[in-house]
Amino acid sequence: MTDISPPQRATSPVTLFWREFRRNRPATVALAVTLLLFLVAIFAPLIAPQNPYDLAGLSLMDARRPPGFVGSGGYTHLLGTDPQGRDLLSAILFGLRISIEIGVMAGAIALAIGATLGVVAAYAGGWIESLIMRIVDLQLSFPAILLALVMSALLGQGKAQLVTALVAAQYAYFARTAYGAATSERRKDYIEAALATPLHARRVVFKHLLPNCAPPLIVVATVQIASSISLEATLSFLGLGLPVTEPSLGMLISNGFPYMMSGRYWISVYPGVMLIILIMAINIVGDQIRDQLNPRLRR
Amino acid sequence: MLGFIIQRAIQAVAVMVVMSVIVFVGVYAIGNPVDIVIPPDATQAMRDEAIRRLGLDLPLWQQYGHFAWNLLHGDFGRSFVYNMPVLELIGGRLPATLELVLISIIFAAVAGVGLGVYAGVKPDSWIAKAIMGLSILGFSVPSFWVGLILILTFAVSLGWLPAGGRGETVTLWGVEWSFLTLDGLSHIILPAVNLALFKLAMMIRLARAGTREVMLSDTVKFARAAGIPEGVILRRHVLKLISIPLITVFGLELGSTLAFAVVTETIFSWPGVGKLIIDSIGVLDRPVMVAYLVLIAFLFVMINFTVDLVFALIDPRIRSGRQGA
Amino acid sequence: MTPVLEVSGLRTEFRTGAGTVPAVDGVSFSLMPGEIIGLVGESGSGKSVTGFSLLGLIDAPGQIVGGSVRLNGTELVGMAPQELRKRRGKEIAMIFQDPIATLNPLLTIGQQMEMALAAHERLGRRAAAEKSAEALARVGIPSPRERLSSYPHEFSGGMRQRAAIAIALLHRPAVVVADEPTTALDVSIQAQIIAEMKALARDYGVAMIWISHDLAVVSALASRILVMYAGRIVEEGPSARVLRDPRHPYTRGLIDSLPSATRPGEMLAQIPGSMPSLLSLPPGCAFAPRCAFASSACAARPDATAAGDRAWRCVHPLGQDRTDQKERAAS
Repeated sequence: MTDISPPQRATSPVTLFWREFRRNRPATVALAVTLLLFLVAIFAPLIAPQNPYDLAGLSLMDARRPPGFVGSGGYTHLLGTDPQGRDLLSAILFGLRISIEIGVMAGAIALAIGATLGVVAAYAGGWIESLIMRIVDLQLSFPAILLALVMSALLGQGKAQLVTALVAAQYAYFARTAYGAATSERRKDYIEAALATPLHARRVVFKHLLPNCAPPLIVVATVQIASSISLEATLSFLGLGLPVTEPSLGMLISNGFPYMMSGRYWISVYPGVMLIILIMAINIVGDQIRDQLNPRLRR
Repeated sequence: MLGFIIQRAIQAVAVMVVMSVIVFVGVYAIGNPVDIVIPPDATQAMRDEAIRRLGLDLPLWQQYGHFAWNLLHGDFGRSFVYNMPVLELIGGRLPATLELVLISIIFAAVAGVGLGVYAGVKPDSWIAKAIMGLSILGFSVPSFWVGLILILTFAVSLGWLPAGGRGETVTLWGVEWSFLTLDGLSHIILPAVNLALFKLAMMIRLARAGTREVMLSDTVKFARAAGIPEGVILRRHVLKLISIPLITVFGLELGSTLAFAVVTETIFSWPGVGKLIIDSIGVLDRPVMVAYLVLIAFLFVMINFTVDLVFALIDPRIRSGRQGA
Repeated sequence: MTPVLEVSGLRTEFRTGAGTVPAVDGVSFSLMPGEIIGLVGESGSGKSVTGFSLLGLIDAPGQIVGGSVRLNGTELVGMAPQELRKRRGKEIAMIFQDPIATLNPLLTIGQQMEMALAAHERLGRRAAAEKSAEALARVGIPSPRERLSSYPHEFSGGMRQRAAIAIALLHRPAVVVADEPTTALDVSIQAQIIAEMKALARDYGVAMIWISHDLAVVSALASRILVMYAGRIVEEGPSARVLRDPRHPYTRGLIDSLPSATRPGEMLAQIPGSMPSLLSLPPGCAFAPRCAFASSACAARPDATAAGDRAWRCVHPLGQDRTDQKERAAS
C-alpha cells in the first residue's frame, strides 16, 4: 500500500478522501481517539504505572479500593484497585492491549479468509460459487454471537481458541462483501474479455477484482474489528473467552460484576467506559468511511 | 404462489438437515461427556457401562442416525445433568425467553421506526442528531455492559426496579407469564430494555436511511406536486416503501435477539433457555446444547420462511413476478 | 386576457459546501390560459429547477431567494406551506420524466389516485373510484375501472405515464408543469402522448409549461419557446419564428444539432465545449466561452432586448445583420 503520494500530485484519491474526511469534525475526533488508543495499547507496558501481571507487586490489602486510594506502595490509584489489588488504570491499559490485539487479529484473519473465499467464488463461478456462497449465506442467517459462544465453549479457553471462534463467526461478512463487489465488477465486459484469455486470469484477479473489493472491505473491516472487540468482551464476560491470566477489558468488567451490588462500581464501570470509547470511536470512523464511499449518499 | 411456497419449504428442510449434521458433529466431536456422568473415582467397568449407555461406542454416523431418528420422533435425548428429557427441560424454559424476546423486539420496532423516520424527515434538527447519537451508542455499547449499568442505576442506586428473576407469574394456557402481573412486569422492564437496545439502534438507522432515500425520491415529489399532505405521504408512501428492508431485518433480528437473550438472561438471572444453555455449556451437557442449537436453527428457518411469505404479501411485484421471471 | 401565471425575476439558489449555485437566475415569463410554452435547454441549464420552483418544491439545500410567481393573481413565493399545498395538484400540477420512479410500486393505481383526490376534496370511496376511472378513460387507458386495482408494474411504460398524467389532471388545474414527460418513453409512444396532451390542454383549457432538452418535441407542441442557459432565459419568442430565425447563438447551436437539420451522412453538429459550472460563471454572457461570435462586449452581462413578441439576451444577435456580425467576430 502506498498511502504517501508525492506532494505535487496533491489530488490523489487518498488526499481527496482525507480532505473530505476532515470536514466531519466528530469523525476526525474519533479517528484521533482510535489512533491514540491503539498507540496506548501498543505502549501499555511503558505507560502503565504498574505491571498488573507482576504478582509480587500486588497486595490483597489494597484490593477493591476506591479511586484516589493511596496504596501500600505509596502509589495513588487514580481509578482504584480491582479484587486482586491491582491498580485499575494499569489493568485497563493492559486490558485494552489484549482487547485490541484480539480484535485486530480476528478481523485480519477473517478478512483474509473471507475476501479470498468471496473473490474465489465470484471468479470461479459454477458449483464452487454456489457451494461457497450457500455456506456463507447459511451462516450469515445465524447470529454470530451464538456461533462464537458454541465455538469457544467447545474449543476451550485461550487466545488462539478465542480468535478461532471470532474468525469463524465473522469471516462470512467479509466473504459476502467481497463476493458482492467482485461479481458486480466481473460482469463488466472488459473482465469477461480478459478472462477469455487464460493468461490474464491472475492479472484480472489481482488488478481488477481485488482492488474493486477494497473499499467495501475496508468499511466491513472497521465495523468487524469493533464488533470482534465487543464480542470478545461479551464472551469473556460470560466466562468463555480468555483465561484469567490474560484479562481483557471484558474480563475486567466481569471480575467487577459481583462487587457492583455492594456499591464498588468502579471495578466494572471504568473498564466498561474504556471499552465503549474504543468501540464507539472505531464505529464512528467506520461510519464516515462508509458514507464517503457510498456514492448514493453523495450530493 | 403455491410453487413459491413449496420451493421455499424444500429449501427450509434441506437447511435443517445440514444444520443438524453440523451441530451434531460439531458438538459431539469435541469434549468427552463421559467424565460428566460418572464419578471421578469410577472403575473402568462403570466407565465402559456409561459409554455404552450413552451410545458413545458406536461410529459417529450411527450416532447421528440414532440422533436424527429420535429427533424426528420428538425425542431430543436426556440431559446428562438434570437427568430429564431435554425437550421437557427446554419447553419449560422457553416461555420465559419468548416473552422477553417478543416484548423487547416489539418495543425496538415501534420505537425504532418512529424515531428513525423522524430523524430521516428532519435530518438537520437537533432532535435527529440526538437520536442518531443514541443509535451509535446503542450500536457500540456491548449489551452486557448496558445490562450492568441498568442494574447499577435502577436497581442498586435508585432501587426502583428489581435486578433479576421473573417475579410473580400468572398461569395462562398452562404456561407461566410474567408480563400479566405488576410485579412480573417490573421484573421484565430492565432485561427487555437491555435486550432491545441494540435492535432499537439498528431499526433507527435503517428507518432513517430508508426515509432519507424515499423522501428524495420522485414518488414523494410527485405526491407533493399533487398536493398530498406530508402526513399522508409519510404514512402511506414512506412507511410502506421503507417496510421491505425493515421486515427483512426485523425477521433476521428476531433470531439474533433470541441468541442475545443468552447474555441478557445471564445478567438478569432470567430463567429462560439462554441461561440454561450457558449453564449447559459450562458443564458440557451435550444433549441440551444440541437440542438448543437445533431448536434455534429451526426457529431461524421458520422465521426466514415467514419473512419470504410476508414479502410476497407486501410487494405485488414478487407476487406476480415469480411466474413470469 | 390576463395571464394565468406570471413569473418575474425568479431566483433559486443551492447552498453547497463549495459555494452558492444560482440554478435559476432571474427568470421571468408569463403564461396565458390554455397556452403551451416550451422551456428548452441542456441538462443543468436550470429548466427543471425552474419547474419545481413554480410549485415551491425545492428541497434543502435549495431555496427560492427572490422574485415572484403569481398564479391566478395570487403570490406563491413566501406563501405558508399549508396554503401552497392546497394549491398544488388543484391549481398547478406537475408531471415528471420517469413514471416508474413517480408511481409507488406498492400501491394500486386506484389507491394512488384516491390519495390525490382526497388531498383536495372529501369523496366517498365509490365516488372516488368513479372519478378516478373517468380520469383514466380520458387519458386513453382501456377498461379503466378494472385497471384501478392494477399495480404500476402491470402497466406498460406509456400506460404508466398516462396514469401519472391522469393523476396530475384530476382536479383540472389551470397550469401543468411537464418535466420531460416523454423522454423515458419509446419514440412511437412519445408521439401519441404528445398528441393527447395537446388535445387535453385544448379541451380543458389547461396552460402548460413543457420542459425539454429536445427542441423538435417542443416545437411540435408549444406556441412559444423559452431557451434557457446557465439559469437564465437567453431567448424567447413564438416557436416557429425562433426555430426558423433564432437570435441567440446558443439557440442556433441547439437547432443545428437537431438530427433533422443534418443531411444523411453528415456529422451531427455540436455546440463546442460544455455548460460552465454554475459555481464559477463568467461575469458577462455565460455562453461567451462557447460562442463563435463572442467579443469583448460580451464581458458585460447582456440585457434583454425586446422586439415585438420576441426577446433575447445577446449583444451580437443573429439574423438581422448577420454578415456584419461574422466579420466583426473574425477581426
